[in-house]
Amino acid sequence: MARWLQDNMPKIVLAPSFIAVMVFVYGFIGWTAWVSLTRSRLMPRYQIDSFIQYGRLADSPRFETAMENLAIFGTLFIVIAMVLGLLLAILLDQKIRTEGAIRTIYLYPMALSMIVTGTAWKWILNPELGIEATVKGWGFANFEFKWLVDPDMAIYTVVLAAVWQSSGFVMALFLAGLRSVDEEIIKAAQVDGIPTWRVYSAIIIPSMAPIFLSAFIVLAHLAIKAFDLVIALTGGGPGYATDLPATYMYAMAFSRGDIGQAASSAMVMMLVVFTIVVPYLYSELRTKDD
Amino acid sequence: MKSYVLSTASAIAVCAAGVASADGHAEAEVLHYWTSGGEAKSVAVLQEEFAANGGTWTDMPVAGGGGDAAGTALRARVLSGNAPTAAQIKGPAIQEWYAEGVLADISSVAEANDWANLLPASIAAHMQCEGTWCAAPVNVHRVDWIWANTEILAANGIEMPTTWDEFNAAAESLQAAGIIPLAHGGQAWQDATVFETVVLGLGGAEFYQAALVNLETEALTSDTMIAAFDQMRTMRGYVDPNFSGRDWNLATAMVMNGEAAFQIMGDWAKGEFLAAGKVPGVDFSCASTPGDGYLYNVDSFAMFSVDGDGKAAGQELLAELIMGPNFQEVFNMNKGSIPARTDVDLSGFDECAQLSAADMASTNDGGTLMPSYAHGMALFGAQSGAITDVVTAHFNSDMSSADAVQMLADAVANSM
Repeated sequence: MARWLQDNMPKIVLAPSFIAVMVFVYGFIGWTAWVSLTRSRLMPRYQIDSFIQYGRLADSPRFETAMENLAIFGTLFIVIAMVLGLLLAILLDQKIRTEGAIRTIYLYPMALSMIVTGTAWKWILNPELGIEATVKGWGFANFEFKWLVDPDMAIYTVVLAAVWQSSGFVMALFLAGLRSVDEEIIKAAQVDGIPTWRVYSAIIIPSMAPIFLSAFIVLAHLAIKAFDLVIALTGGGPGYATDLPATYMYAMAFSRGDIGQAASSAMVMMLVVFTIVVPYLYSELRTKDD
Repeated sequence: MKSYVLSTASAIAVCAAGVASADGHAEAEVLHYWTSGGEAKSVAVLQEEFAANGGTWTDMPVAGGGGDAAGTALRARVLSGNAPTAAQIKGPAIQEWYAEGVLADISSVAEANDWANLLPASIAAHMQCEGTWCAAPVNVHRVDWIWANTEILAANGIEMPTTWDEFNAAAESLQAAGIIPLAHGGQAWQDATVFETVVLGLGGAEFYQAALVNLETEALTSDTMIAAFDQMRTMRGYVDPNFSGRDWNLATAMVMNGEAAFQIMGDWAKGEFLAAGKVPGVDFSCASTPGDGYLYNVDSFAMFSVDGDGKAAGQELLAELIMGPNFQEVFNMNKGSIPARTDVDLSGFDECAQLSAADMASTNDGGTLMPSYAHGMALFGAQSGAITDVVTAHFNSDMSSADAVQMLADAVANSM
């Protein structure tokens, strides 16, 4: 008995969490996939009715806007946050005196919830309260900064707030990466008289590939599941100009009693995650094995 | 009827004796989303009456999302086979829940108390599911109100508008005087609220019924609908540039403070005026939006099928109290709406409420008493949502009215 316990202890300990993950993650993904093929409205129904919900999704201009917004927001957010984060990390890496304090300052936004970030930026960007009003108060009567209330520009305010929130975190990731590069190689390069920018572009950054992967995965999933920031910052407005697939899904499931639509949009979101993240993960992990 | 009398009588008797027995003792678990100050006070009235009649009330308030969170909680409860005794549901959602086979029949109470003759016919129809009574109405909110700052109107020599052209003319002159003509919050449901009053005003009740209740394609793509979108575009010019995302009560405050002249909003806006100590007819004026008709938004409680005599007795007691004249009067005075039953004495209500009740009676006779689509009284969620999407997309962009009408027809077809 004791022997059997000893042999099977790892399995026994892991079993509850394994079962929980199977049911609550993969089980419910399966359930959502099933419901997305039905005509469920207020309550889930289980009679399969082909791909009608996906057809409705394709015909919905609001979902189209949401997908476009996801593309704009996702791309800009990931690229800008990575570039800014890397830049900040490199600047911090120059052995400056107050590094600890500065690092903390840049990292702090990450300690806030997206709701706080969204609300703060809503006030900052509000033309009557924030930047525009302040600059006008300084005497520049023609100054305008109305992105938040402009349907064409509002999605960029979401990018702005999200980048502000996350780039400090990316900076910390990259800073750790920079520090993990072998000092010897850098010193050798310096002895050879190679300029600093070449040291970064040819040696340090390429050797940080796994950090890029981590940063990308973290930012990509933040972007795709972005919900609270939009709700707090714009409420999806003006109109539905800043709707994202997650807010669309929420509106369908909880405000409109259209569970079929919500389930199908959730499946589309999952496919987006898979198509972006899986190949990247796969290629990165494979090259590592070789 | 007999069993109802017996159970109520025994419930009271049991309580009087101070012995609480499990069966026969009226109990109710009530799921609702009246959580803000005035609303909570209003629902407490019901709670007290229920207790005074020997019932045990279990309160289950769910705040958030204008009832969305409560709807989610309700679904979870029903799915897990543990439905509340009564839940705050309104409009076609009552029939949707009935179709799921989970609502209880309260016809015995309704018939014993003659609800059919106490309620306006179209409101009574909302409370019935395939011939049986399945919900009890609490109040009637009128949606098609236009509120105005009386002082500003007087200073600019403007009367309350009775046609949309008059409204536009008044707005132009106010704008010239440097006053924001229309206080509005750029949230989808507020855009929809203004839109439905415009459709009712320009098209009349028959057109409203065809377009926003029956969803007839002919009506949705008609010239009248194009005119309604044109009017929305015109009114887009009358709101201040910073209206996006503003809450409705902040828009009401703009009218109160004299920053803006008009607001189009249901009579919950009156609560804001009154809470700020403003007097109707002196500080602010109320009138129905231009055009004939009446758009109602009726809150109601539906009863769910539950096991146990105590709960069944609780449902019947609750239904009777909700429609009781005392609760209808006290509750609605707190909430700013008017009683759903038509025989309540309105002398204690303010002049806006009295106007609302008079109009409800006359539009009921004239057949122009219409359910509000923007507040979930006319359509299923998916359909009203599809319309609102188009309305708010049009209002917040430079889309042409012809495009909007086409998009409206497509969206409605896609939502079926």
